[in-house]
Amino acid sequence: MTRRLSPAALSSTTLSSTVLIYLALAGVLVIGGAAVATGGGNLFATANLVDMFTRTSLTGFLAIGMTLVILCRSLDLSVGYVAALSSLVAATTMDGDVGRIPLAIGAVLLVSGLIGGANGVFVTVLGVNPFIATLGTGLILKGYLDTEYKGPAGDVPAVFQQFGYTRIAFIPISTVVMLAVAAAAIWFLRSTRTGHHMYAVGGDLDVARMSGIRTGRVLIAAHVLCAMCAGVAGLLLAARFGTGSAEAYTNLYELDAIAAVVLGGTLLLGGKGGVAGTVAGVAILAVLDTVFNVMQIDPFAKDVLRGAVIIAAVAIYARRQLDRTARRPRFALEGRAS
Amino acid sequence: MQTTRLAAASVAALGLLLATGCTTDTPADTPDEETSAESGDEWFVQAEYDEQLAQRDIEPEGDPETPWLQAIEPEWIDTTEYAREGGDATVCFSNASISNPWRVTGWITMQEQVAVLKEAGDIGEFRHSDAGDDDDQQISDIQAFIDSGDCDALLISPSTTATLTPAVEAACDSGVPVIVFDRGVNTDCAVTFIHPIGGYAYGADAAEFLVDNLEPGSKVLALRILPGVDVLEHRWAAAQEIFGDSELEVLGDEFTGGDAAEIKDIVTQYLQRGEVDGIWMDAGDGAVAAIEAFEDAGKPYPVMAGEDELSFMRKWEETGMTAIAPVYSNFQWRTPVLAATMILAGEQVPSEWVLPQDPITEAELADYLERNVDMPSLHYAKFGGEDLPGFPESWTDR
Amino acid sequence: MTRLRALAGRLTNPTGTVFILLALILAGIFVKNADFFAGPSLMAFLKQAAPLVILAAGQYFVIVSGNFDLSVGALVGAQVVIAARLIDGEESRTLPVLAVMLFFGLAVGLVNGLITTALKVQSFITTLGMLLVLYGAIRLWTGGAPTGSLSEAFRTPGRLGIEGVPILGQLPWALLIMLALGAGAIVLMRTRFGRILMASGDNDRAAALSGARVDTVRTAAFVLSGLSATVAGVLIGGFAGVSAQVGEGLEFTVITAVVLGGVVLGGGRGTVIAAMAGALAIEALFTLFNQLALPATLRPTVQGAIIIAAVAYAARQRTRPAATPATVTPS
Repeated sequence: MTRRLSPAALSSTTLSSTVLIYLALAGVLVIGGAAVATGGGNLFATANLVDMFTRTSLTGFLAIGMTLVILCRSLDLSVGYVAALSSLVAATTMDGDVGRIPLAIGAVLLVSGLIGGANGVFVTVLGVNPFIATLGTGLILKGYLDTEYKGPAGDVPAVFQQFGYTRIAFIPISTVVMLAVAAAAIWFLRSTRTGHHMYAVGGDLDVARMSGIRTGRVLIAAHVLCAMCAGVAGLLLAARFGTGSAEAYTNLYELDAIAAVVLGGTLLLGGKGGVAGTVAGVAILAVLDTVFNVMQIDPFAKDVLRGAVIIAAVAIYARRQLDRTARRPRFALEGRAS
Repeated sequence: MQTTRLAAASVAALGLLLATGCTTDTPADTPDEETSAESGDEWFVQAEYDEQLAQRDIEPEGDPETPWLQAIEPEWIDTTEYAREGGDATVCFSNASISNPWRVTGWITMQEQVAVLKEAGDIGEFRHSDAGDDDDQQISDIQAFIDSGDCDALLISPSTTATLTPAVEAACDSGVPVIVFDRGVNTDCAVTFIHPIGGYAYGADAAEFLVDNLEPGSKVLALRILPGVDVLEHRWAAAQEIFGDSELEVLGDEFTGGDAAEIKDIVTQYLQRGEVDGIWMDAGDGAVAAIEAFEDAGKPYPVMAGEDELSFMRKWEETGMTAIAPVYSNFQWRTPVLAATMILAGEQVPSEWVLPQDPITEAELADYLERNVDMPSLHYAKFGGEDLPGFPESWTDR
Repeated sequence: MTRLRALAGRLTNPTGTVFILLALILAGIFVKNADFFAGPSLMAFLKQAAPLVILAAGQYFVIVSGNFDLSVGALVGAQVVIAARLIDGEESRTLPVLAVMLFFGLAVGLVNGLITTALKVQSFITTLGMLLVLYGAIRLWTGGAPTGSLSEAFRTPGRLGIEGVPILGQLPWALLIMLALGAGAIVLMRTRFGRILMASGDNDRAAALSGARVDTVRTAAFVLSGLSATVAGVLIGGFAGVSAQVGEGLEFTVITAVVLGGVVLGGGRGTVIAAMAGALAIEALFTLFNQLALPATLRPTVQGAIIIAAVAYAARQRTRPAATPATVTPS
């Protein structure tokens, strides 16, 4: 029990698998760079670096939030819809007025947080499986968006559009913000009680409950934070579009985010993983996209390669995690027996 | 109050700092009024509707044998500033997607046209990226092309009108000639915007046919693909306008996702509840399934507006039903590459290049079926690639 | 009286919820349009619902053994496109192509199963990856959009039936296939295989310790899911022909259907008949929306709310077994 919850043990296991994932990222970069070089290109040219970083921001925000719910052994399939709604809330609240930017940001965080809260309540209080609860929330939002917004709406002032377009050297501002959110999330998971409790809840709900953790609150907190991250993703969409777009939900961002989290070494079964790995998972997907684009890969071949890479990468991690998963249930059994 | 103002001021100051101190890809002078042109949630714009309906009756300039080079009431503009010597230009193309058969067909035609221009030495390299219908992805794709600095001309087929506007403006500011086609953007910074007449005309062609061929009081079912896509919403807005002024009763409008099984199910249910005399569709995907629903229910064929997709046209001929195939001219995919070479040669192009868009009527049905006899069923009759060297293999063996 | 109590007990247990839901939806349709229950229109409904019911049975095996299969929608789409391209309108090719499809469906299921069990990749990821691979590969193969066409013989099971049946009019082949496969699924769950499958979803460690070959039955479940997607592909392709969008999004609909049937994600609980009833309930719900002429854009909202409410209700029943009157003593 104590070993499972002690931060030291936690960081040692996450560290080793995080290192592995960054090695995988380096491997993807090397292989991608070599592949691009054979075609006479340079993957590390400024234009391509900018492209890679830009592609990390949006999935990054979604995946950071998704990491928290997945750590709690939950899931959020509604993030794409939340991001789309948030882009509309942001753009219509701002309505071209620079002075209303703070209000719009507040409104987005409030709305997305409330949706996350609802997801959390469905999962904890009503006992609905998270897959279904968040799929249902997504459908509810989809219907609202389709009925209420027949197309792009609202107007984002030029100042706020800088969030989507400005960059310092080759690093876009949005990526910097994403990394800052990631750093905050890492701190939150490592240094706060709620953060530690998230690992415990995901590891074994019953054990966590018996050791006095208010599991419901922890899960709801994870869902609220996840949806707020999706809200920030919506803000980024609004900044890049210059308007809000309901159509954004058609892109299945939620599956991209889940793929990134799992590529980043977080177990879908909860309790293991972390945000540092997720950032690497996001980066791997972004590098792949850039490489495919530079190499002019057929769009359908891209899907095939993406699917194959995701399965292969997770298979490699899974080999390492075999011994750990074997250990987990034993603890769980002991917990039940006590 | 004070804190809000303070926050606003600091955000503005930060923005200013960023705008001046760092690289930015947005044009600094974005006029806010312009981007709000299409904001709001109503799709119907009376002036555009009237214009498109009128354009249907205007004789386009140019040779009718090459409709992809025709233009309706063109306003020719000078492009000598983009003229460049030596041929072998690098042309870049940011595509929204090839996620439906219409776009697949057009994309093949475009590649064949590129092959011809490569042969002629006008185009040296043709790069493309596909955003898979994701607006954000397409913004990145456009940025990547600009940042690479390799493109002599940039073709853009935007995935959504309003959302791509800032990215297209940034592309214009980079100095590369930008050519937008199919769906538009809310800026006229591109050298030329190429498109067939448009969604209102399409929806009106279909709706008028039903009004003309059905008795007053007849019942019409509208089948739509998705909500929220501007080109499709315009079609439905025009149809609503025309049905509203007619004696026809609209039973309902249903979203089908273009999925044949969904369409057949929905039509079957409507037939179970009562008569359906006419079918209006905002795109022809799955039209055959709608017709089969009538067959399986033992009901007479409806009066129908499909599209110039061959499966529908073949079924139309086979059944002899009363129908029309509205056309959203697929041959427009040839025009942008041709326009690029014209611009790079300093030749004049229309600032808004409106291509003809004529529906296929029963009188022309046999002719178009004959011309496309070897083509697959999910192919579009007015693809306009018959004179390209890859014809027909490139389309039949895609 | 006791029988009534037993019935009440059965209806208020989690898997019973779906039957209440189905009854409520059907009652709603009846109020709105009693003609719906006339033979021919009911048969048309069942014909069109059959593929989802069959997919639900396949998905049930995977879910009850503790996994997910997100690749079924893409597999259904792939099968229809494969059929159209290989048959290309030639009647004589129908049977050979059906054999190819069967092989392909089983192979996809086997690959899903082996990656999940042998390589220990979580099934969510395995089948998500498979979804992407199938989606891309099939479009690569056909140049982006389906080519070719189906034969009349191929379309028969999904579109036609036994004509001239009294009252019913046409007895669809699809319904007969659905009933046969449904019965097969129910029988299968009563065999030793079914019990092991259930046990491996409930507690794989305990099942393994008691000598069950957990990995083998789980792989078999994926193969069954691939088989069900193949049959569903034949029926959907037969019903409506080829379109570029066929199968899209089916995976979420079918998982929703199975969960509505009271089957617990994570495995070990629920019955296959309730899963199939869940699929019928979903199809009936879409029909009800249509009968009510509910604005099309609002339908997802109502659907989402009903799903959450139904699953929450079932979950409440599950956590409060004492709330059911007259504790059902095991016979």
